[in-house]
Amino acid sequence: SSHNSLEMGLLSVVCVSLFFSSTFAVDRGNFKTCDQSAFCKRQRALKPGQSPYRALLETLELSDSRLTLQLINDNNKVHLLLELYRLQGNMTRVKINELKPLKPRFEVPDVLIAEPPTEPLSVLSKDDNGVVLSLGVKNQRLIVSARPFRLDIMQGPEVLLSLNSRGLLAFEHLRLHKDTQAQPDGAEVKESVDGDQQQDEGEKGEDGESDKEEVGLWEETFKSHTDTKPNGPTSISLDFSLPGVEHVYGIPEHADDLKLKTTDGGDPYRLYNLDVFQYELYNPMALYGSIPVMLAHNTQRTMGIFWLNAAETWVDISSNTTGKTVFGKMLDFVQGSSENPQTDVRWISESGIIDVFIMLGPKPSDVFSQYASLTGTQSFPPLASLGYHQCRWNYNDQEDVKSVDQGFDQHDIPYDFIWLDIEHADGKRYFTWDPHKFPQPKEMLQGLMDKKRKMVAIVDPHIRVDSGYKIHNEITSKDFYVKNKDGRNYEGWCWPGNSGYPDFTKPEMRAWWASMFAYDQYEGSMENLFTWNDMNEPSVFNGPEVTMHKDALHGKWEHRDIHNIYGLYVQMATAEGQTRRSGGVERPFVLTRAFFAGSQRYGAVWTGDNAAEWDHLKISIPMCLSLGLVGVSFCGADVGGFFKNPSTELLVRWYQTGAYQPFFRAHAHLDTTRREPWLFGPENTALIREVIRQRYALLPYWYQLLYQAHKTGMPVMRPLWVDYPKDTATFTIDDEFLIGRDLLVHPVTEEGSRGVTAYLPGAGEVWYDVHTFQKHNGAQNLYIPVTLSSIPVFQRGGSIIPRKDRVRRSSTCMENDPYTLYVALSPKKFAEGELYIDDGHSFNYDTKKEFIHRSLTFANNALTSNNLCPNCNFLTSSWIEKVLILGASKPSKVLLKMDGKETPVDFEFDTSMSVLTLRKPGMNAGADWTLLLQ
Amino acid sequence: MTCVHLLLTLVFAVSLGTPVEIQGPRGVPLTSIQFYVENKPFTCLDGSRTIPFDRVNDDYCDCKDGSDEPGTAACPNGSFHCTNAGYRTMFIPSSRINDGICDCCDTTDEYNSGAKCENTCKELGRKEREVLQKMTEITKEGFLLKQHLIEEAKKGHQEKQIKVTDMQENKKQLDEKVEVLRTVKETAEQPEKEAKERHLKAWEEQKAAIRLEKDKAKMAEAFLELDDNADGFVSVSELQSHAELDADADGTLTETEAQGLMGGAEQVDMSTFESVWPNIKDKYHSEVSREEEPAPVETPPDEVKEPVVDNDSEPYPEDDISEEEDEDDEDEDDYHEDDDKVYHTENLSKNIEKELSFDFGPDAEFTYLYSQCYELTTGEYIYRLCPFNRVSQKPKYGGSETNLGTWGSWSGPENNKYLLMKYEHGTGCWQGPNRSTTVKLTCGKETVVTSTSEPSRCEYLMEFTTPAVCQEPANTDLSPHDHVEL
Repeated sequence: SSHNSLEMGLLSVVCVSLFFSSTFAVDRGNFKTCDQSAFCKRQRALKPGQSPYRALLETLELSDSRLTLQLINDNNKVHLLLELYRLQGNMTRVKINELKPLKPRFEVPDVLIAEPPTEPLSVLSKDDNGVVLSLGVKNQRLIVSARPFRLDIMQGPEVLLSLNSRGLLAFEHLRLHKDTQAQPDGAEVKESVDGDQQQDEGEKGEDGESDKEEVGLWEETFKSHTDTKPNGPTSISLDFSLPGVEHVYGIPEHADDLKLKTTDGGDPYRLYNLDVFQYELYNPMALYGSIPVMLAHNTQRTMGIFWLNAAETWVDISSNTTGKTVFGKMLDFVQGSSENPQTDVRWISESGIIDVFIMLGPKPSDVFSQYASLTGTQSFPPLASLGYHQCRWNYNDQEDVKSVDQGFDQHDIPYDFIWLDIEHADGKRYFTWDPHKFPQPKEMLQGLMDKKRKMVAIVDPHIRVDSGYKIHNEITSKDFYVKNKDGRNYEGWCWPGNSGYPDFTKPEMRAWWASMFAYDQYEGSMENLFTWNDMNEPSVFNGPEVTMHKDALHGKWEHRDIHNIYGLYVQMATAEGQTRRSGGVERPFVLTRAFFAGSQRYGAVWTGDNAAEWDHLKISIPMCLSLGLVGVSFCGADVGGFFKNPSTELLVRWYQTGAYQPFFRAHAHLDTTRREPWLFGPENTALIREVIRQRYALLPYWYQLLYQAHKTGMPVMRPLWVDYPKDTATFTIDDEFLIGRDLLVHPVTEEGSRGVTAYLPGAGEVWYDVHTFQKHNGAQNLYIPVTLSSIPVFQRGGSIIPRKDRVRRSSTCMENDPYTLYVALSPKKFAEGELYIDDGHSFNYDTKKEFIHRSLTFANNALTSNNLCPNCNFLTSSWIEKVLILGASKPSKVLLKMDGKETPVDFEFDTSMSVLTLRKPGMNAGADWTLLLQ
Repeated sequence: MTCVHLLLTLVFAVSLGTPVEIQGPRGVPLTSIQFYVENKPFTCLDGSRTIPFDRVNDDYCDCKDGSDEPGTAACPNGSFHCTNAGYRTMFIPSSRINDGICDCCDTTDEYNSGAKCENTCKELGRKEREVLQKMTEITKEGFLLKQHLIEEAKKGHQEKQIKVTDMQENKKQLDEKVEVLRTVKETAEQPEKEAKERHLKAWEEQKAAIRLEKDKAKMAEAFLELDDNADGFVSVSELQSHAELDADADGTLTETEAQGLMGGAEQVDMSTFESVWPNIKDKYHSEVSREEEPAPVETPPDEVKEPVVDNDSEPYPEDDISEEEDEDDEDEDDYHEDDDKVYHTENLSKNIEKELSFDFGPDAEFTYLYSQCYELTTGEYIYRLCPFNRVSQKPKYGGSETNLGTWGSWSGPENNKYLLMKYEHGTGCWQGPNRSTTVKLTCGKETVVTSTSEPSRCEYLMEFTTPAVCQEPANTDLSPHDHVEL
């Protein structure tokens, strides 16, 4: 949690004034608007349709996998180099850099898991106006137009996507500062904004001074902070047109709806990792993390744009259907005057190069696997981390930890992890323990281990500048700190007071950091201690926009270049440390607040410092859905809300929502009153107990979905349109969601709610209420009356979900427990599902193929378990204790066929709900078997 | 296959010295064993259905109430009974059976999990008995102390009641006199000298009478104050508590000296006291004014847990400002003197009334805490609890005191609200609530603050032992519980 920095007695007055806000809301003045960000303002002032760029077709070079071509800016004659790649898996990569930059421009490393494998490109035709290239599959072509430069990706006669179709490509080339030039070159500077000049002059005409035009080019001041910009203007921009697209998603992190809004008349969506104190909802302001990936979807196709750039980035979205009512659209259609709906997107980044991956789908799942093939998939977390997490800033001391732990047992509520925030460390020196409050950390951890529970302690990346602190001394002696523009160690204020910031972009630094998690280095740590990386945007209380100065230096690169990836590196190094401490055997668990494309490989993400308000509960759904769409499946929001005290009703509703989101952690600010689940009277304790138990019963399903996400990139928590891509009614739904394909959840997020209307998708499909087994038809809006105990959840007809209905103290205690299979039949009396089992914590599933993966199929009145991994090797003592078949008819006899033998199985049939219960068939969960209904 | 079949356990009851073999399904307490008859159909204890006996403890939940699986984890709502011979029997949720964690000290909950549990019942039993014994002793002694506290409180209460009544009477009289005096004064202030002189004589007479009355009132008050045990007599020893009356100024008022002052009597009643009063009235200091100085702490100052007199928070009547006025008129003087007296009496009685208004418990057993303070020094802070007044915190090494709450109310559970005290509206927290403190009272021989913590920001929890909450000890049998039902 980032904490309300005002509480820090150590903070200087400067810092306090920076953070002061008397009302509960973000102080917008602390953060830049596009107008206050010189490059954004400059770029945004460009008018479409005036592109000065021209492709020099005669420079075209084509090798097997790569096409290069020079572009020229006719205004300033600067040459750019365009590279085009056809990537395996229906993707195209477009790179644009200066042909001969004054010095190298930053290209983001460590995000792609490998150099993406290419496929041959071939020239289909070429003339003076352009080149047509074949993209291989399905009549797909890439057309390069020369004047102005433009790219179109076509399939048949259809344009799927165009680049620079509005002519907003702008590439500010590196140049010498005129002050340092022997001969001032006004023309050069004048043209530096690449076509923007007329516009700029128009705007600034009144000022009448030409050097005003330079404002923000070589220096920029925001509030009291001056950015020295020694490299001058370096921004880049490119526009994309998406014909036929009305719905775009992604580019987290924003506290906004799932479907992205048009940004005309307002600020663009901003991607710049920031520690935003008390963030506001429903606006495009930047938050803690950035994933520059946008998905475009219509009934025919899903595509993605991945803009690989780690600098401050703004994304403008406009649409030609904005503001048109459904009736208006219909009228257009009837009158035949309808222009094809189209969404236009424009990306602007402060530095680096243009490096774009166009993922052509066409199915949603294709886009997920395409993106996964580039940046990797969700890490497969330890099973226990899918259980319930109890956190608070702060559990005060060992005694406190013990009594909270006991509280869970006294109230018979399961939990897996208890968390320690910053107060646990000795003077905010991470990797240490407060000697008074936590004198015996191992004793504490052993106490938790005895109950098969675990702990997370926070390790933030700001390091207290203190010559008595080992971590600081080692970083200093190894010269691992980020430097300021003058080459001295960069220092800023954070929790410990004056702090240094390790340069996590350095591989040697990360290796050293990882080594600090070794049991003999991290004193008091044990194998059930895991880590939480907070404040890794990085948060610098007295820095510009509460983060690091852009002219700080990471080796030869400016912080400006790498800002958005700093947080990823912190989590990467931490996860690496946790893996290494076990010799590579055990899976890590690391939670991060800041993130970037690729962060999914290192652990979980939460939505930062939300508040105990109903709207914050609501926004947790689109925020995690947006993250899921761009790879980060292991997402959650602070249950209960971080700031402020929730009403009991809100707290209960938040548990009910959080229990059905991937990362399930309650957390609270230091200033809030205690809110452990049993503090609100027996009725509310019972409600919270019940929903946490529902979570635990479903752990086998969650685990299997995380495995699937890890293997394929499919999001765990999904918008409905992912599985119902042709159903336009689903395209804007973000108050309900799917978990995997088979569970639909519509949490109650309104105060005093007496009912919710859930949309059940799928014409001809059925859904079963998981609590009552009542069957409902798909493709309808269903009104569900609710009480405080209601959590509307439905299982898809046609699915099989394994559960462990014996809920115990912690997930680890449930390891050997038997399964109950919930078979929900489709109208055609069919169902299928999977069962995945491994040891729950090691990499042996990967390194030794020690897992069980089975398909479960119900067809022709037979339920069969088949091995999906015959060469896998894992033994479980779990067995099948019960099978519930929803939507069944009554059989006369049920037989279990196994090992060549047939044995009768007892059953019961509930006529009113058509539920057939098979009593104790008893087969091992890893065995081959068939249950026959006769 | 891990299916667990019906497991019959052998349980040995050792209370009679001879092992008695009792058979029954695992996890069933002796009191319910009659419902589980081998080879006879079992009816769920809620009566919901009847199942063959081989489905009892077969690791599959058949009964909604979980009663068919007392010895397995199959039912979500089942409970398992551990005999725990040598310690306390207990029920645990059946979800803790074979979960790899030892819950029953007799290890019976982990019969199939591979967990290595050791039977710790004897040790636990021994420890528990020790604790119980200690607790019993504490409770016993504490309860005795509580009786004393109740007695003392009773006495004090009556005394104060009388005092208040007397004072009210006194005040009434004084009020009347003040009224007269004021009339006199007003009259006296009339410009007509004649009239003034006419009244002068009468005034002189009045004044004398008033002085006498005032003296009587003072005397009555002194008598009440001196009569510590409120038996209606002032005894030699009671007088001795006023060292200022010491005649030879050697610092102590000996028994003989005191007896001398009392005209040789052992004790005097109110009317006889009239003759003693002239001997002492010049030196006599009211106890009220004496309290204005900090009372000497009876224990060494480093014993921080000992009570300290609450001397900085109880509002005491301030001396009237009129003393500072330049008074040249005797009438004025007299008038003011009497007015002061009224004021003073009013305050005194207000304080006592305030004290009497507190809820000091059903038997006034908490009275003794009033006007006391108790401190606890931790690593960083000195915490100070002044019951019925306030809680505060002061940095150990300098710094200003923070109010952690002023007396709010008793806030224990419905069945005994006197187990918790709530102090509220302390110093506000930055962007947070006002500080508040909950004081948890437990039975102890001594009156001590044993711990403090801050579970939520600015919400403090203080643990406090006092004999006043000790309950009458039940006649507990401290013999081992090995004969308890199975």
